Amino acid sequence: MQGAHAFVTAVLGTDSPASFGPVVPVDEYLIPGLPEFWFGVLLFTLGMYVFLDGFDFGIGMLYATREDEEERELLLAAFGPVWDANEVWLVAFGTVLLAAFPPVYAALLSEHYLLIFAVVFALILRGVTPELREQRDDPEWKRACGRGFVVGSFLSPLFIGTLAGSWVFGTGTLGLPSVLTGVAIVFLSISAGAAYLGMKTTGDLREEMATYGLYASVGYLVTVVLLLAVVFVTDPLGVRGTLLSAPVVAVVVATVVLLAIGAVAAARDATTGWFVATGGVAAALVVLVALFLYPTLYPATGTTVREAVISPLALNVLTVVVVPVLVLVLLYFRYLYSVFSGPVEVGEGYGSSE
Amino acid sequence: MIEPLLIDPELGSRIQFGGTLSVHIVFAALSVGLAPYIVYFTYKEISTGREKYERLRSFWTKIFAIGFVMGTATGIPMSFQFGTNFPVFAESAGELIGGPLAFESTMAFFLEAVFLGVLLFGRERVSDRVYVLSSVLVMVGAWLSALWILIVNSWMQTPQGYELIEENGVTGLVLTDPIAAYFTPRLFWMYVHMQNAAVISVTLFVAGVAAYFVWTNPDSEPWRGTLKLSVGVLAITSIFQVIHGDMYTRHVVQTQPMKFAAMEALYETKEGAPLHLLAFPRNLADITDPRAEELFTVSIPYLASFLAEADPTGVVYGLEEFDVQNPPVAYVFWSFRTMVFLGFWFIALGLWGVYRMRKGTLFERGRFLKALMASIPLGFVATIVGWYVTEIGRQPWIIQDVQLTSEGVSQTLTSTQVTISLSAFAVAYAILVVIFLVVVRWIVDDELDRVQTDGLERAERERAADRASGSPEEV
Repeated sequence: MQGAHAFVTAVLGTDSPASFGPVVPVDEYLIPGLPEFWFGVLLFTLGMYVFLDGFDFGIGMLYATREDEEERELLLAAFGPVWDANEVWLVAFGTVLLAAFPPVYAALLSEHYLLIFAVVFALILRGVTPELREQRDDPEWKRACGRGFVVGSFLSPLFIGTLAGSWVFGTGTLGLPSVLTGVAIVFLSISAGAAYLGMKTTGDLREEMATYGLYASVGYLVTVVLLLAVVFVTDPLGVRGTLLSAPVVAVVVATVVLLAIGAVAAARDATTGWFVATGGVAAALVVLVALFLYPTLYPATGTTVREAVISPLALNVLTVVVVPVLVLVLLYFRYLYSVFSGPVEVGEGYGSSE
Repeated sequence: MIEPLLIDPELGSRIQFGGTLSVHIVFAALSVGLAPYIVYFTYKEISTGREKYERLRSFWTKIFAIGFVMGTATGIPMSFQFGTNFPVFAESAGELIGGPLAFESTMAFFLEAVFLGVLLFGRERVSDRVYVLSSVLVMVGAWLSALWILIVNSWMQTPQGYELIEENGVTGLVLTDPIAAYFTPRLFWMYVHMQNAAVISVTLFVAGVAAYFVWTNPDSEPWRGTLKLSVGVLAITSIFQVIHGDMYTRHVVQTQPMKFAAMEALYETKEGAPLHLLAFPRNLADITDPRAEELFTVSIPYLASFLAEADPTGVVYGLEEFDVQNPPVAYVFWSFRTMVFLGFWFIALGLWGVYRMRKGTLFERGRFLKALMASIPLGFVATIVGWYVTEIGRQPWIIQDVQLTSEGVSQTLTSTQVTISLSAFAVAYAILVVIFLVVVRWIVDDELDRVQTDGLERAERERAADRASGSPEEV
């Protein structure tokens, strides 16, 4: 025992509870502008989440339009292998926010206490119901789980969007801009879900998805325009100037163009192009968020990126570890999507090896 | 008496975090402990091509998958509670705890989730080799995930590698030495103890399920093999756990003497203190306020001193030495005793099983199989109470000797908010646990049909093998 203990002490260092390490004199970032880079990483994880789990939510809502049991199974099989992985981007966003900008993490979460838990409970409902649905061959059970799935898939993007709106515009949970952001995210999710299903299904189902996708795109555009109009009129936090700036106008124009490209691609059955265009719309949204936030990261208190960021050494360590890892993650995400590419077939799904 | 309806924000936050952790840890342990079994069965399925391994792989993968979903569902709220309930802690210690948590999500959680997708849905889509590799990567993800989480927790127990700074009256912690901060003195002890606890918990689960199927049909070949395997693993891991736990305790004495005093309910500093193996209250009040001297105990004289100081007459510090009001001794003391008692029960079970294996009576219906079935939840119980010792034992500190829990908790949180969230969690988590148990029951029931027909198939195979002058069955 004694020997093993000595060995561990030798390997791991001293036993004393609070031996202060030497202060490493690092007062420079690895590269200039590292805090801004991490602002970018943060928004990248947010964008990945909004788009990838967004199409999962969209599938959940589109599930409500299917009556046929076989089609419902098809929808679930389409996102079954990837949704778990998609959801991790939310956790990545949360932990990157905590790791790089702890004061903003603390303020954002503690000030939206009940809304955070509303998001969490909606996500739980959305997450467990499709898995549970497959566990029993009983129409009653499947219907109950299906309902939970639809409700969870609707409430999750609504609450997440509301939270995002309250963060960006600082208008609180029930402010009109917050709620409109929530509605916009719901529409964006439906259009992404329709585009993903466009790649995963064939025939009539695909055509119907193209129609739903078009409706959702129009809904998204209308909501965003309305949102920007409300923000322009009420001018919370004095962002009216930002609204009329060239970058914001350019992003809005890009959104319209991407939505149009998506609609044309959907009509021509170019499903991959349609999906990519929808991804572009999500990316444009994240850029819009970045334009509204920067240089602050928490507009309600005016905390800037530079004020909220952690110390240089900690940020350097975070960079050295997380950036290569994220590159690797993107590579195996690509692998995951390539393994499960192409339309799903009937009977392919949970426990398919049986 | 309207007041008690709304709970104090700090207490409510602690109950909420502790409660959600108690549920989440079961699913986390399930992931960690079951992953090696999945790797084993997947590898055997691919390398031998035998149907029984496919069945075992499929059965346990289904349970793993539902456990993983539950683990994600119960874990996401935990990662947000640092911000919702303990924002002062999150802000002041952000760069110490945030890094490892971000490393966990990016390098471990993604890995587990992505390759679980391949494992569950990709049997027909990837090569055999990639399929086995996927099971290995799922395990790597689960074990790496636990490592980063425990890096955070062990830092809260024995913090180092930081400097305290004060700006505008707010105290913050700055990372000065990442290696020291990530690899704290506690990490090795905690990681080995926790991972082994997870393996023991799942092994008891596996053994109990196998016992149930063997009880139903003693000829069921897949489950005979599983029973043998799990009993062997249980004997080794449970004995190792007690030896390692004993050394771990010694480390706790040296680094967190207050926690050890609470574990032993020792109020007054003592030379030559005994270790109480078993303790029973003489009257009910002792349950909520245990003082070792007033309990009926089965003790080994001098052992506590020996553990603490490697000297039977060494000094063990009592709680009176520490500046702390109302330390939560009862939870720590009884949790520790429950954990140790269960630990010895697991050893007994393991050795009993090995004894029966050697006598050739392992598969006979009898008390042993019943004991295994009854012990299915006990590993998880031991894991939960073990965490109570670790976490409640550190109170009133959220970061040992650096920040009090009362300082780390949200200053804006109201009683109403925490009461609402706590009630919602209680209901939601209770539903999740019940659903999980029901679904496991369904998976077991499905397998039961197959187990009942196993004997017939076996007889058929033997006849076929006889005709081809066959070889004896292997396990």
